[in-house]
Amino acid sequence: MKHPLDTNYFALFHLPVQFPLDGEILNTRYRELQRVIHPDRYAHASDQEKRLAQQHATLINDAYHTLRDDLKRAQYLLRLKGVSLEQRQVHDPGFLMEQMELREELAAIEQARDPARFDTLFKQIRQLEKNCKQALQESFATPERLEQACEAVVKLQFIRKLAEEAESLEERL
Amino acid sequence: MALLQISEPGQSAAPHQHRLAVGIDLGTTNSLVATVRSGLAETLADEDGQHILPSVVRYLSSGEVIVGHRALAGAARDPLNTIASAKRLMGRGIEDVKQLGGRSLYQFIATGSGMPKIRTAAGDVSPVAVSAEILKVLKARAESALGGELQGAVITVPAYFDEAQRQATKDAATLAGLRVLRLLNEPTAAALAYGLDRGEEGVVVVYDLGGGTFDVSVLHMHHGVFEVLSTGGDSALGGDDFDHLLAEWIMQQAGISDDAAHTQLRHVMAIARAVKESLSVHEQAAIRLDQSFGTAWQGQITRGQFNELIEPLVAKTMISCRRALRDAGISPEDIKQVVLVGGSTRVPRVREKVAEFFGRTPLSDIDPDKVVALGAAQQADILIGNKSGDQALLLDVIPLSLGLEVMGGLVEKIIPRNTTIPVARAQEFTTFKDGQTAMGIHVVQGERELVSDCRSLARFNLTGIPPMAAGAAHIRVTFQVDADGLLTVSAREETSGVASHVEVKPSYGLAENEIERMLRDSMQHAREDMEQRRLREQQVEAKRLVEAVSAALAQDGALLVADERDRIGQAISRLQSALAQSDYAALKAATTDLERHTAEFAARRMDHGIRKALTGQQIDEL
Repeated sequence: MKHPLDTNYFALFHLPVQFPLDGEILNTRYRELQRVIHPDRYAHASDQEKRLAQQHATLINDAYHTLRDDLKRAQYLLRLKGVSLEQRQVHDPGFLMEQMELREELAAIEQARDPARFDTLFKQIRQLEKNCKQALQESFATPERLEQACEAVVKLQFIRKLAEEAESLEERL
Repeated sequence: MALLQISEPGQSAAPHQHRLAVGIDLGTTNSLVATVRSGLAETLADEDGQHILPSVVRYLSSGEVIVGHRALAGAARDPLNTIASAKRLMGRGIEDVKQLGGRSLYQFIATGSGMPKIRTAAGDVSPVAVSAEILKVLKARAESALGGELQGAVITVPAYFDEAQRQATKDAATLAGLRVLRLLNEPTAAALAYGLDRGEEGVVVVYDLGGGTFDVSVLHMHHGVFEVLSTGGDSALGGDDFDHLLAEWIMQQAGISDDAAHTQLRHVMAIARAVKESLSVHEQAAIRLDQSFGTAWQGQITRGQFNELIEPLVAKTMISCRRALRDAGISPEDIKQVVLVGGSTRVPRVREKVAEFFGRTPLSDIDPDKVVALGAAQQADILIGNKSGDQALLLDVIPLSLGLEVMGGLVEKIIPRNTTIPVARAQEFTTFKDGQTAMGIHVVQGERELVSDCRSLARFNLTGIPPMAAGAAHIRVTFQVDADGLLTVSAREETSGVASHVEVKPSYGLAENEIERMLRDSMQHAREDMEQRRLREQQVEAKRLVEAVSAALAQDGALLVADERDRIGQAISRLQSALAQSDYAALKAATTDLERHTAEFAARRMDHGIRKALTGQQIDEL
């Protein structure tokens, strides 16, 4: 008998191994699984069962949050397909130029201590993120173009990092 | 062979007696205790019919300790021996306390262990001991109302409390002789109360402004599953700060200097509070300040002036709201309901700002002073095992990021804030120097990039790394946070298998021996021999195991073949006969033996549960 938790994250939720995702099904199954497995359900069970419940709940949390996020799901899918993301570079000069400009804008906001300019910056970041996700969708469609998927993943990583820095700056200002 | 009995899934077959458990809201200004009776959560009153217990403790030179209304009444006369708002000092070092701002109302004594003590007529007391006095009163109140010994309590803490503050709260409970089932975040407790009593569904924001702390939480509620999406706030911002600002304004107007006597400062604080409360109802309030020689200063303040004073503080809470929404990935139009919690949400300006920010009128139809205790009581009832069947489930998050110190005094985040627990994350690190055989692991908590700006939680060393070239070692550091929010960190060098781990106890909590000593000092435990106590604890543990295994057999016995069932039955019998004796070692061995015999059964039960949860789902959809 194969252990249900030995299978991959998609199988854990009985979902097809693919990039497009039915978020509602994922959410529902996540809640159903936690309802059965969460350590709070075992508050009065033996220590053994508590430990098991904790291991299972930890894995289910990890699987859920990996699948729910587009970037993490793409990274996970590439790993399943045996594609390494190590030392990937972006070869799109337009994208790199744009990143540089956005970073300069971020530095300028910090210099001028002008939080009013965040709105436009965040709008631009969101648009870029949307474009990247679109590219991801397309590269994972049939026929798969995994090289393009990798490039989109790396770009998305760039954008997320920029967004994080912008958010942390906004909190400081 | 007799037919096996199989009960409804999720229902325990062995009917057990109702266990006594309470929820305690240990607030900065006021505290409450609540319990679930006949399915309904209610707060418990003292013999005078008062539900709210002011979180004020007065120490007399006779050694007598007075808690609550009577202590509050004596505050102005005896300010140095009357401790209010001790919660703000929990888990804080002397430096933090100084930074809390406002005039210090007490005489602080720095101590070696970090948390400062307060000098009183009855000796120096720690904030933990002060909180324990409040908990003791609530425990006694509950035990007399419920007619029995409490088996457990859920105590609420601000969601934004860090590890040190949580540990200090647990220490206070231990001192008060309470068994803590869980520390529950205050806004989550409030959401539980609304969700379970009012059946709220969808995305709910809880805005919780108490006496000394501010929290905001975003939750998703769906058929009894409460998923915390994000939480944020400020553990040093509350209604007390409104009082401080107003008191400063009054002093300025009345020409009272900053170095006035403690009694006068306390007097001004009390007046500021009354004025604030009056301004929640009236557009303006008169101020009368008695001064020496029978003179008095008179003035007045409008609500508009007061609003201006507190504007920066209210604005600060809005920044936290914005961040919490962003972390949750929610925009204001996705929100179904906004719930107000905490006495300070009675301030009209606060209500206006909340309504403006979220674009809807907030709810406050459960008493904002009681809602946290009521929710905590519900969670206590669940965790103690009184509810069976389709009970509520809470999926909580960690409020602050957890990370490690890396080269250059920088923080590498391992688990970001607002990650659902339980969670485990690992990251690989390597050595910096050739031949390096040890590595210092420094665990920190907080959002900032520099270690010096974060709270230090623990340090430990991984030693015995075989000498290698710099960068060749693979050291895997794993952070595990359990459903109680407790963090365990382990480190392992992958090529050699050298490992080390630590259960994180933050530096500002009391040391283990310090708690033991304080417990020994307290009367109720002095009589009990340590040996006796160890045996009794093991007996409780063994009984719990027998009960759990019997219930599991009745429910899922079908997962075993007759032979396996017999062997477990025999192990139960052996444990039961060990329970009849008073031999600690034999009891311990029999407990371990039963656990060993049920390991496979436990794993099968869990797999069965998972499969059933998923198949149930699929049938629904087909």
